[in-house]
Amino acid sequence: MTRETTVEAKAVGKTFGHGTSAFRALDNVSIRIDRGEFFTLLGPSGCGKTTLLRCIAGFESPSVGTILLSGRDITAEPPNRRPVNTVFQSYALFPHLTVTQNVAFGLEMLGRPKAQVAATVARMLALVKLEAFAGRKPAQLSGGQQQRVALARALAPAPEVLLLDEPLSALDLKLRKEMQSELKRLQHETGITFVFVTHDQEEALTMSDRVGVMSAGKLLQVGTPREIYNNPVSRFVADFIGETNFLPGVARGGVVRLASGEAVAERVANGPVTVAVRPEQVRIAAAGTRGIPALVARCVYFGTDTHVHMTLEGGVEVVARVQSPPSGDAGFAPGAKVVVLFAPDSVQVLDD
Amino acid sequence: MSIATEAGRERQTARNGWLLSAPALFILTAGAIGPLLIVLVYSFLTPAEYSGVEWVFSGEAWFRVFWKTDIFDGTVSLNDTHLAIFWRSVKLSVTTTLITFAVGLPTAWFIATRPPDQRSLWLFLITIPFWTNLLIRTFAILEVIRNDGILNSMLLGMGIITEPIQLVFTDTAVLIGMTYVYLPLMVLPLFAAIDRFDMRLLEAGYDLYASRWAVLRRVILPIIRPGIVAGSILVFVPSLGAYVTPRVLGGGNNMMIGNFIELQFGQGRNWPLGSALSMLLLIVVTVALLFYVRAANTDRRDV
Repeated sequence: MTRETTVEAKAVGKTFGHGTSAFRALDNVSIRIDRGEFFTLLGPSGCGKTTLLRCIAGFESPSVGTILLSGRDITAEPPNRRPVNTVFQSYALFPHLTVTQNVAFGLEMLGRPKAQVAATVARMLALVKLEAFAGRKPAQLSGGQQQRVALARALAPAPEVLLLDEPLSALDLKLRKEMQSELKRLQHETGITFVFVTHDQEEALTMSDRVGVMSAGKLLQVGTPREIYNNPVSRFVADFIGETNFLPGVARGGVVRLASGEAVAERVANGPVTVAVRPEQVRIAAAGTRGIPALVARCVYFGTDTHVHMTLEGGVEVVARVQSPPSGDAGFAPGAKVVVLFAPDSVQVLDD
Repeated sequence: MSIATEAGRERQTARNGWLLSAPALFILTAGAIGPLLIVLVYSFLTPAEYSGVEWVFSGEAWFRVFWKTDIFDGTVSLNDTHLAIFWRSVKLSVTTTLITFAVGLPTAWFIATRPPDQRSLWLFLITIPFWTNLLIRTFAILEVIRNDGILNSMLLGMGIITEPIQLVFTDTAVLIGMTYVYLPLMVLPLFAAIDRFDMRLLEAGYDLYASRWAVLRRVILPIIRPGIVAGSILVFVPSLGAYVTPRVLGGGNNMMIGNFIELQFGQGRNWPLGSALSMLLLIVVTVALLFYVRAANTDRRDV
């Protein structure tokens, strides 16, 4: 199935400042975002994800490269000409306008007829369930309500793309979970392309159709949450998304072996590698059976799961996540001798 | 026993607090309300022959503020001289307020958008003119704009004009002078308002398809309105009662209401008329302010 592209960045670079104080915020970033997709830009703070979003919105212009919207070059277009709206991290609601007036703002600037503006605003307020607050000023609303106003205001002009700049970071955990499903619902109902920026990997995995992982101005990997989680292309991605055990290994003669000599994967190229295994893919078995000998160091109880920290020969630490039994005690005493096994196809081999 | 003592002490502290403000209250009463009452009373008395008043009640002064009697046939008609002076004062003050706003807004915006460590320097530069006496500053302006002054000499020297431009003793000169004198009073409240303005709202405006002009009109101006109101009042009120600037730069023929009132207490020897004109000025300013503040505080409901 061929998909239509809405936003496309072609070899976009952005440098702030110049000379020795220059800071490269974006480094040769190319990306295609499909129409109607929930796309997330994920990365630690300062990785360039917000800069890329601002380049798409038009608040920053790329130092090099082009930005296309539905195939049209919009690199030089000012933000007020781009059919793209933003939900700001600070919400940036107009404090002197009521909720209704805030939501109507974009439509009025587009010169829509009054009746149409009123109808769209009413529809948007119903969409975010704020009909009862239409006449209030932003200062009279809670954080979650302000967030909904910001969403309604950005969705009202029916943009081709909605940009969301860490919109949930100011909310408490419970409200954030609520807004996550709310956002998914809104995206589903409106069919608008969402480009979502976050540093929260769980948020990225649960909400997105596809995720782009960024670090130090570079786009490291683009893929579905499953691809990103199960097949990270680099140690950084594997480490940033979820928890991972990293074990040193060597590839020789088509086989990857751990320091203990255990063969864990196949690989054509020779040389030192890093073997990555998710904690939930690590199995523990009784000593003496087939597996890599290990020593239990300690158990950490997490409620549904228990994390068992173990030490392999040579001092490498491995964590296994096992489901906590009804008794709550996973039954691994510190100092106990065990063997660990990796589930088939769960081992990732990464270049060092 | 101890409760009573405490209550007594409390009462004493309260009395002390009141006593502390007594000097200020006394000066305010004696300096503002007292003279105002005297002026109000004088406006209903009869002028004495040389100066001062005779303690005989008369409505003549108030009558003459608005009406005049023809010296030949005694017909009564509207006093267009007084009204013309009032009108000129209002016109010049409104224009001064508009010019200081047009010049002051970009200035205040510029200062508010400087890095924090540079802002105080710019504000300091804005307040420097206050260090010099108003009269001296006004004469300095005169030196610049008079026919053989700096401005005209320069323009003549560069060959841009062949005749000196007549600025002194015109309304334009008064406007230049008042704009110069009152500009800081507009810039400072505007700066205070813009300093509190959340610059991220500009991006929100542009993002929602607003042009630069629309962002100014629909986002910036409504939000900094308290600063605009404060600045306008601070400029308009003293402009309306300006005395030194129109006297020095406007000459005898371009009187504003302040000069005309002075005339009644001096050469005119008509203190009751001067008093009545003063009261009228006060009433005009109060009414104008009431309307202005009410209009400025009403939310616009045009959406």
